[in-house]
Amino acid sequence: MALFLIKFDLKKRVQLAQMLWLMYWFAVMAGVLVFAMGLFFKIELRKNSELMDNSESHFVPNLLIAVGLLACGINAFGGKICYDSLDSTKFAKWKGIMKPFLISCLLFMVLLILTALFCFMMRIPLQFTLAEGLKNGMKFYKDTDTPGRCYMKRTLDQMQMEFKCCGNNNYKDWFEIQWVSNRYLDFSAKEVKDRISSNVDGKYLMDAVPFSCCNPTSPRPCIQAQLTNNTAHYSYDHYSEELNIWKRGCQQALVSYYGGMLNTIGALVILVTLLEGVVMIGLQYVNTAMSTLVNPEDPESESEGWMLEKTVKETFTDIMAKMKAMSKGGQVEEGDGDGVATVS
Amino acid sequence: MVLMKMKFSFQKRVKLAQSLWLLSWMATVAGSITFCLGCFLKIELRKRAEVMGNTDIYIVPHTLMIVGLGGLGINYFAGRICQDALDPSRFPQWKTFLKPYYGASMFIAFLMFIAMLMSFIMKGSLDSSLRIGLRNGIRFYKDTDTPGRCFQKQSMDRLQMDFQCCGNDDYSDWFEVQWISNRYLDLSTKDVKDRIKSNVDGRYLLDGVPFSCCNPSSPRPCIQYQLTNDSAHFSYEHQTEELNLYLRGCREALVSYYGGLMNTIGVVVLSVLLVQGSVLASLRYLQTSLEALEGQENAEAESEGYLLEKSVKETVMEWLEPVLKLLQLNQVASEEGEAAPA
Repeated sequence: MALFLIKFDLKKRVQLAQMLWLMYWFAVMAGVLVFAMGLFFKIELRKNSELMDNSESHFVPNLLIAVGLLACGINAFGGKICYDSLDSTKFAKWKGIMKPFLISCLLFMVLLILTALFCFMMRIPLQFTLAEGLKNGMKFYKDTDTPGRCYMKRTLDQMQMEFKCCGNNNYKDWFEIQWVSNRYLDFSAKEVKDRISSNVDGKYLMDAVPFSCCNPTSPRPCIQAQLTNNTAHYSYDHYSEELNIWKRGCQQALVSYYGGMLNTIGALVILVTLLEGVVMIGLQYVNTAMSTLVNPEDPESESEGWMLEKTVKETFTDIMAKMKAMSKGGQVEEGDGDGVATVS
Repeated sequence: MVLMKMKFSFQKRVKLAQSLWLLSWMATVAGSITFCLGCFLKIELRKRAEVMGNTDIYIVPHTLMIVGLGGLGINYFAGRICQDALDPSRFPQWKTFLKPYYGASMFIAFLMFIAMLMSFIMKGSLDSSLRIGLRNGIRFYKDTDTPGRCFQKQSMDRLQMDFQCCGNDDYSDWFEVQWISNRYLDLSTKDVKDRIKSNVDGRYLLDGVPFSCCNPSSPRPCIQYQLTNDSAHFSYEHQTEELNLYLRGCREALVSYYGGLMNTIGVVVLSVLLVQGSVLASLRYLQTSLEALEGQENAEAESEGYLLEKSVKETVMEWLEPVLKLLQLNQVASEEGEAAPA
């Protein structure tokens, strides 16, 4: 029993072909959109690539770009087939390719689903790479005279201002590193000597943050230094103070920014997958409808269209049998070869 | 004397009508572009409305929007007229419409010219408006508890960070204003009392600037306070220090931003004006060459087209006559009125 059998006359066939052609055009646009989103995401990653460490992988945007281009190609080809399907002479030349083309469409859909899955999962490696990259970035904040790292300060400052965040996990990360370069420290001053001798590595640590952590919406001028010392500032309680500096850590800010982008792209890819599924089913109907004309000479004759020739179970067993036959065929050949070898 | 006479054969008339149709479509698109530019400029001005002293500058985007809509209307009718032009049965219905149509078109073209001029010369007005607005912004920076001014601090900070500028003319403007609110000053400490006593108005002035003046490109962490005191910071000389704070004043930064925007808009409006002028001239030629054919049997004969029936002076006098008559009538009436009671 054929699956989802539908009877077609000429008018219905023409309608199906026209609708399918239109849907193929939408699918081409969707492919272009996926390509554009992949490119956009790649550029956004590149913008902040200084804050990611070496294990940063551009696998997902590259995959999106490739899938977008492939979608354009496959759908344009499908549209061409569909355009020719109304003319039986033109359609005849496509007949042989239809089955492999439909199978490749199915494989492409699987690829799309995998792409969507990768999009949703990319958050996790991204989080690790950002954690590592931000930690290094903060370490090199003071090295504005070291070639290769001299722009780290500017990058970090601009990032903290743009994403409204401070430090790696929170602002206290700045307390644990020396972010003021030795060139600007007066080593003869008592205060500097005290701070340096107060820790094992001889670093100048203080409970202060750079100016880029300041929150403009705070009602009072920004307090950057002596953050944990309530008596150093009038009417200041660092436990209850919320608006002075950004509370969020940059790792969380960047992950949520990229994560949101990835979620949108993943949802879009799923929609494209559904669209691909619909056009594939439509093409299968066109294929079967054109192949089963009751009277092959008369274009106005009736025909039948279906999704699968037999039921799902029978089709599955058929495929398994075919695969077994192919592998057995291979085995028999090997057996002959062995036999020949031993004889000689 | 007829102005700019041209002979038109039937083929030429057809070509004129076709090119006019195309031109009117282009001019319609140009009109909508002008309208969109006006909207865009208004939105950009609104974004920083808090640091502008007056709203005089809004006349530029408003004129652009009016001109854009007027252009859309004119060119739509131009397209309709030229579609009917080559059909002798449908063309006469437009006859009475054409004179007021030309009047309106001339007015819109004149407005377009004014809009273009204004976008080039309104810089001065913008400059004085910003001077006042920024001065107020700096003065009310500390008033984060006063309703109506509580967002002044936030908008000044964001402005300085976005446009990479500090103060009105330069960063020393912050030295003349108390930008730290009294709520956060410990008035019992000696330092605060000294500073307050040191000036007539009892303001807490200091040689420091807000954090938003800091330049991220500086190689050293930002120095905000005691800017003029070289000994307060290690290896620091305020005369030669260039990267620590933004050196540019916010007024200059904003004027150059909006000035650049308006210059571009002025150039675009000039090209739209040229397109519009060519549409009107072509329509006039088409109309006059078709009217010369009236009454003739052969619709494919040659005819003459012109821009103005008489010379420019005579046409202007013809237009002004009814206006002058009205004025003279009023004068005579008022003289009679004065004579009678006397």
